[in-house]
Amino acid sequence: MTDATVTPPMRAKGKSLMADDARTQKRNAAERRFKAYGIIAILVGLSFLVFLATSILRNGIPAFTQTVVQVEFTLTQEEFDAAEGTLLKTSAYTDVFVSKLTEQVSAQGLDVEVDGKAVERLLGKVGGDLREFYKENPDQIGQPAQFQLAAASRVERYLQGKLTRDMVVDGRFLEKTDLDIVDALVDAGIITSAFDWNFITGTDTGVDNPGGAGIGASVIGSFFMMLVVLFLSLPIGVAASIYLEEFAPKNRFTDLIEVNISNLAAVPSIVFGILGLAVFIQFAHLPQSAPLVGGLVLTLMTLPTIVISTRASLKAVPPSIRDAALGVGASKMQSVFHHVLPLAMPGILTGTIIGLAQALGETAPLLLIGMVGFVAREYPDGLASGLLDPNSAMPAQIYTWAARSDEAFFEKAWGGIIVLLLFLMTMNIIAIILRRRFERRW
Amino acid sequence: MDDYYTTDRKMSTMQDTKIAASGVQVYYADNHAIKDVNVDIGDKTVTAFIGPSGCGKSTFLRCLNRMNDTIDICRVEGDIKIDGEDIYDKKVDPVQLRAKVGMVFQKPNPFPKSIYDNVAYGPKIHGLASSKADLDNIVEKALRRGAIWDEVKDRLHAPGTGLSGGQQQRLCIARAVATEPEVLLMDEPCSALDPIATAQVEELIDELRQNYAVVIVTHSMQQAARVSQKTAFFHLGNLVEYDDTDTIFTNPKDPRTESYISGRIG
Repeated sequence: MTDATVTPPMRAKGKSLMADDARTQKRNAAERRFKAYGIIAILVGLSFLVFLATSILRNGIPAFTQTVVQVEFTLTQEEFDAAEGTLLKTSAYTDVFVSKLTEQVSAQGLDVEVDGKAVERLLGKVGGDLREFYKENPDQIGQPAQFQLAAASRVERYLQGKLTRDMVVDGRFLEKTDLDIVDALVDAGIITSAFDWNFITGTDTGVDNPGGAGIGASVIGSFFMMLVVLFLSLPIGVAASIYLEEFAPKNRFTDLIEVNISNLAAVPSIVFGILGLAVFIQFAHLPQSAPLVGGLVLTLMTLPTIVISTRASLKAVPPSIRDAALGVGASKMQSVFHHVLPLAMPGILTGTIIGLAQALGETAPLLLIGMVGFVAREYPDGLASGLLDPNSAMPAQIYTWAARSDEAFFEKAWGGIIVLLLFLMTMNIIAIILRRRFERRW
Repeated sequence: MDDYYTTDRKMSTMQDTKIAASGVQVYYADNHAIKDVNVDIGDKTVTAFIGPSGCGKSTFLRCLNRMNDTIDICRVEGDIKIDGEDIYDKKVDPVQLRAKVGMVFQKPNPFPKSIYDNVAYGPKIHGLASSKADLDNIVEKALRRGAIWDEVKDRLHAPGTGLSGGQQQRLCIARAVATEPEVLLMDEPCSALDPIATAQVEELIDELRQNYAVVIVTHSMQQAARVSQKTAFFHLGNLVEYDDTDTIFTNPKDPRTESYISGRIG
């Protein structure tokens, strides 16, 4: 016990623990600085995100509402017969509409002059719509009916304050007197704002009708493309990675394949577009602008992502599990499918969803296979038509709108981005739910 | 007690040879890991492989059920016969071999599934059970042989990974015996266990001897002395000495064996 009395050599003898020495202070300062950098980086990232989200919402929300003219009136049988009897039927209907509107306006005690030309400038060709409605629903004749007619984009922009009186040059599109009518109708509650279901369910329209343009058809186009991508890239990608990771001999050839897969993941997407054009359309003669071709091209693009993430998650499964399965006499395939794959499933799903999200937002390859432009005009009716009929996809539709000259389409583009993001969020939520289900604790 | 063991050991030397290995060479790429090993392993006997780390005893063990096949760079030469059949013959499917030669690993590695599924997996893939009740019986029998039935019978559907280390290792033994193997290979089965769990597993090994040829790799010479009837000492890839456990520990012929046992090398 004499050893106990020997004092061990002490560094910095006699120094109090209560005061930091210079070295400690320096280290602590470095740590504080590093933390501050981290916080600054997060704040910068967050502020970008907030800026992005607010600008998308501010610009995009108006696309979901629509300025409508609400008119309630009854078309009598005599009026119907009279209009059908004339030579210019639609203009006869317009006249009827104008007279009814005038009635309503004067009933409210407003003093504005409404004529057929002004109505046409404000609402487009009303007569045709009315005639169509009564031809299709003859039983509505003699009944009071509610009409919601979309106002022209200029009216909308006037109400939003983007178009001022000084900017209006009298002409074919809008006259200053029309703005008086608009003001009066707004006061009377005839012009109101309503949720625009047509934007979500509708199809693309011509360049002269931004108000009627909807993203519905291209949502369906995107949906069919995602179906193709999912059903091709997931099985092909997972099968390829299982073979490479678990079965393939490790030699120069498989090394080469591995390097090439990593390189493919970095190939610009437009290259895949050219490849798709050459192989699927020019060589295999698949139809242009078809979601099937789009899906095939995006499958090529998504495969490397899925292969890389699947291989990484297969590698992460501890080898002891494989040993255990082989040790009880499972075949290689049984050990992979019964034990390794279920454990790798969460990682595979994460990779798949990242790949799908990339594919969903991809525009460049679609440019080359003709899915950009005035394509999303019609709804597909069924699976085959959904895959083979010309359609667009959400990002391509957004691109198309953003490229048009009428400013009203920009708003639609912003609104389209919101729909795209919602679609993406839905996909992510499904993936998270699936992953939770597959996740196992050890 | 002593007499019992002695007679027992004498009997065991007279037992039929279960595994006969002759001229076994193993290479990892250019590294000659096992050099010309000849060994006959008896049925219903516990054979211990001892030796310093890296001496090749685990490698040799893994040759006996062809687990080395999973390592690309590993090459095995020579003859290993089980019941007179060459297990490295082209006609032999390693999967079938592994059903006959079960293995327990160093680290307990239950599947991340329920206790029941862990044990039932082998019988299921080998088609040993004709019905659910049959499978239940097999599972119970295996868990009893693994000396763990009493501890888990009330929670068969709890995850196997939730058990303690010793319980997990006994579960793995139960899983290995569930497929009715003839040989049981154990690669340092107690190295991750505490002394009490070790004692339980050792007791179990002694019981398993009634039905199987057991080959155990161990770092602990005391363990080899406690559980085995025959002991093989490996050094630098060579089989230095192979004899009755008593002889090895009391009267080794080779000076290297003596040095290792007395703690001078290793």
